[in-house]
Parts: sequence; C-alpha cells; structure tokens
Amino acid sequence: MTQLDDIIIDIRGLTFYRGERAIFRDVDIQVPRGKITAIMGPSGTGKTTLLKLIGGQLKPDSGEILLDGQNVPNLGRRALFRIRERMGMLFQSGALFTDMSVYENVAFPLRVHTRLPEEMVRDLVLMKLQAVGLRGARDLMPSELSGGMARRVALARAIALDPDVLMYDEPFTGQDPIAMGVLVNLIKRLNEATGHTSIIVSHDIQETMGIADRIYILADGGVIAQGSPEQLMAENSPQVKQFIDGLPDGPVPFHFPADDYQSDLMLGLNNG
Amino acid sequence: MVEFIAATGRAGLNRVAAFGRAAIFLMQSLVARPAPLHMLPLLLRQIYVVGVQSLIIIIVSGLFIGMVLGLQGYTILVAYGSEQAVGQMVALSLVRELAPVVTALLFAGRAGSALTAEIGLMKATEQLASLEMIGVDPLRRIVAPRFWAGFLCLPILSAVFALVGVYGGALVGVEWLGIYEGSFWANMQNSVDFFDDVLNGCIKAVVFGFVVTWIAVYQGYDSVPTSEGISQATTRTVVYASLAVLGLDFVLTALMFGDL
Ligand SMILES: Nc1ncnc2c1ncn2[C@@H]1O[C@H](COP(=O)(O)OP(=O)(O)O)[C@@H](O)[C@H]1O
Ligand SMILES: [Mg+2]
Repeated sequence: MTQLDDIIIDIRGLTFYRGERAIFRDVDIQVPRGKITAIMGPSGTGKTTLLKLIGGQLKPDSGEILLDGQNVPNLGRRALFRIRERMGMLFQSGALFTDMSVYENVAFPLRVHTRLPEEMVRDLVLMKLQAVGLRGARDLMPSELSGGMARRVALARAIALDPDVLMYDEPFTGQDPIAMGVLVNLIKRLNEATGHTSIIVSHDIQETMGIADRIYILADGGVIAQGSPEQLMAENSPQVKQFIDGLPDGPVPFHFPADDYQSDLMLGLNNG
Repeated sequence: MVEFIAATGRAGLNRVAAFGRAAIFLMQSLVARPAPLHMLPLLLRQIYVVGVQSLIIIIVSGLFIGMVLGLQGYTILVAYGSEQAVGQMVALSLVRELAPVVTALLFAGRAGSALTAEIGLMKATEQLASLEMIGVDPLRRIVAPRFWAGFLCLPILSAVFALVGVYGGALVGVEWLGIYEGSFWANMQNSVDFFDDVLNGCIKAVVFGFVVTWIAVYQGYDSVPTSEGISQATTRTVVYASLAVLGLDFVLTALMFGDL
C-alpha cells in the first residue's frame, strides 16, 4: 500500500444521508498530494456528492474531511471562502457563466480573489487559455462553444487561481473521441506541469485507468476497491471485475427489481 | 377520516415550512453585507432587463386600458349627462387600482417568469454551484440584484402605466367622442387627491413589486434542476404571483379605502 505517501485530503469515517438514504456510510479515502486520484463507480453512487462534500458545499452527517489538516465541514464562512481559493472544480456541465465571454469567465475567479491590475489579469487569463489551447476563442460567448471547448474553458477557469487541488466531475462524459483524447492529455499534462493534486470522477474506465495513479471504486455507500490501476486489474472480486470489464450483469444487477417477467407478461394477457 | 385530517395537516405544515424557507432565503439575500461598487453594474443591468424591457408591454397595455375606460365611462356617464366626469373616472380607476394591479400581473408574466427560468437554469447548469466553489455567494451575486431591480422597477412601470392610461382615456374621450377638453382635465385635477389616491396607488405598487419579485426569485432558486422542474417553477411563479397580487389588492384596498 501507499500509506506512506504525502496525503493532502484525508477523509475519515464520512457518513452522509439524503433523507433516509445513506449515500456514504463510514467511508475512508486518502488522496495523495500531486497525484491523480480517480473516483469511479456506477451512476448515482454519490461521486458528485463526494466532490461537493470536499468543497464544503454539503456538510456530512459525521466524519472528517481534512485538507492539509483543516477540517472542511467545521470551517466558517470566511475560512471556507479562503480554502476554496485552493480548490478548483470542473463541474459535469462545464457550468460556464452564460452571460460572460470566455475571457470574463476565466478572469472571474481572479477578480473575486485578487486585486491584480487589469494588465496582469489579462496576462494570466491569456496564459490559462493558452494552456487549454483556446486563446483565440477569448471573445466568444459560451453558447458559441462546442461541448469539448466549453469544458476546456471551464478547465482554464478552474486553474485560474493555480489551485492545489483540482476536482473534475465526469470530464469525459458526452465528448467525442477526439475531444476526449485532448482532455485526457490536458489533464495529465496540467497535473505534471503544475504539480497540483487532481481528483477525477468518471466512469470512463479506459481513459481514467490510463492516467490515474490511484483509484477508488465506490458502490452501495462504501469503497469496494482501491489501489493503483494495476492492482485493480488484478483484483478478483466479482463486483470489481464487473465494473472494470463493463459487464452488463453481475453482483451489480442490470435489472431494476421487478416482478417475475413471465407472470408479468401473462398478466397483460389475462387482463386483456 | 383521520388520514384526511393528517394529510391536510401535513400539507399545511409543508406550506408553512416552505414559506419559512422563502422568508429565510429573502433575509439572506438582502441582509448579506452589500458591496455597493460591485453591486451597481449588476443592478443596472438587471434594471435594464427587468424594467426597461418590460416598458413596451406596459405602455401598450396602459394605452388600451385607458382607451377602454374612456369608452366605457362615456357610454355609462352620457346617460346622466355627466360625460365631463370621464376624466375623473379614468384617472381614479387607473391610479387606485388598475395601474398597480395590471402592471403587477403583466410584470409577473413578462419579467417574473423570466427571472424564475433564468435562475432555475443557472441552478440546473451548475452555475450557482460554480459561483459557490469560486467563493461567491450566489444569493448576493445573482438573487439580490434581481430582487432589487424588480422591487424598484414595478412602481415606476406602474406610474408609466397610469400616465399612458390617462392619455389613452383623453384620446378617446376628448379627441374622439368630443368631451370638452377643459372640463375633462379640470374634473380630473379636482378629484384626484395626492395622498388618498396617488400615494395609496404607489404603496400598492411597492408592495406588489416586493411580493412578485420575491416569488419569482425564490421559485427559481428553489426549483428542481431539470427541464420539467424549471417549467413547473415558472408556472408557479405566474400563478402564485397573480393570486398574491389580487388577494393583497383586496386587503390593501380595504385598509386604505374601507373607512370611506
Ligand atoms: N439535491 C439532491 N437532493 C436529493 N437527492 C439528491 C440530490 N442530489 C443528488 N441526490 C441523490 O444522491 C445520489 C447521489 O448523487 P450523485 O452524487 O449525483 O451521484 P453520481 O455523481 O455518482 O452519479 C443520487 O441517488 C441522487 O438521486
Ligand atoms: Mg455525478
């Protein structure tokens, strides 16, 4: 195990309920500094919820979420504001501000958190846009961008403040193969170039396995497997195998619970 | 039977809880320490979107309603030989009732629904969550300027409505039906009282502006972030705001003119 690694985010005993339903039950997750950690799992297991818990947008029912020793759920408004300067988050939908140009979107975090003169803001924005290959698109509005471009702009915005932790919520979903390849490379390159810690939520197994240093697989309110991509490939538990090999049926069922198929069909005949 | 009572009670409690949430929401948006310099451009932009862009519908509606009032007033009053009082009738109905009420209803349909849909869409596309992650309070950045814009614009729109309406009444009464111009305006001036009529009309407009905008921004912020949820929230804005305006209008009228 890699327990001796330098841990930047340490989640201990995390429990979180939505109404009656436990999304997380006593979950432990350690995110090593400067590496790419992937959180994988079927839809609806709470991957987005986990990112929002780390960002302090949701409060856990119990447990600790330590970012460099600071317990995020206990922070007050101002402290939370300050710690969020150190986090960038790329939302599933890109979440660009639709009433601002590409340039203003990327400049926004800089304007909120710093008092830099306009020329400096401009240089920083152009640098970030250059890093995602969209310096030429600075004057476009979000509605004029393709899905892949929008996600790259959102990435530029997320790295505007040079965060220590960058969280990606399903960055590859809904992307064509070329855009996907571009994003995968970009995430890897940015991680190597700036040395920040990346957390990627995804269920694109091949792409994620290719760049992650460490993977957690979530299901049923807990971690069902963790380790390096190689370790997980070698994993024998049927639940993990089903997920990694993308088998439709297995311990995680394909069918939503239902009455017996035969008798259900017969029911229609009898009633008709 | 017991179940029915229990269900009614639960529905009632839910309503009260929702109202409480809406009130807390409003407090948090408004009490949030204002940052006037940042706020001003945002506010001006919203005043443009919410107010200026509603002007056309308000002017056209005001003109038609004033004209209809002139026409109806004339056909009723001419039977008593008192068609000079048309001016008075048009002005009083507009200033006391129709300007604030119809403006608020139109405003709910034109600007209120747009506010709800816009905020709901920002929620669905995670723009609100992004703001939070960047460290900006969406209540302050998104909700507060929209609320203030609506609150400020409705009374002004209502005044415009009344002015245009009076002009429409004069157009029909004086220009078309040939009421003597001097007595039309003189009657109006003599009968409309600043405090009793104009000020009370303004109070109504201010109250409606508060309520309609509050409902619109809250429904957007509280909407279920799906296309269906947003469409439902938009409908609710128009329905709740219209009912609230009509209900409050009766209450306010009873308070203002009840003892006459
Ligand atoms: N705002 C919410 N209110 C209630 N339930 C929610 C809300 N957001 C998500 N959920 C529920 O929490 C569960 C986890 O959601 P999410 O974290 O979005 O899953 P994932 O990102 O893994 O697909 C889902 O079952 C979802 O229905
Ligand atoms: Mg998700």
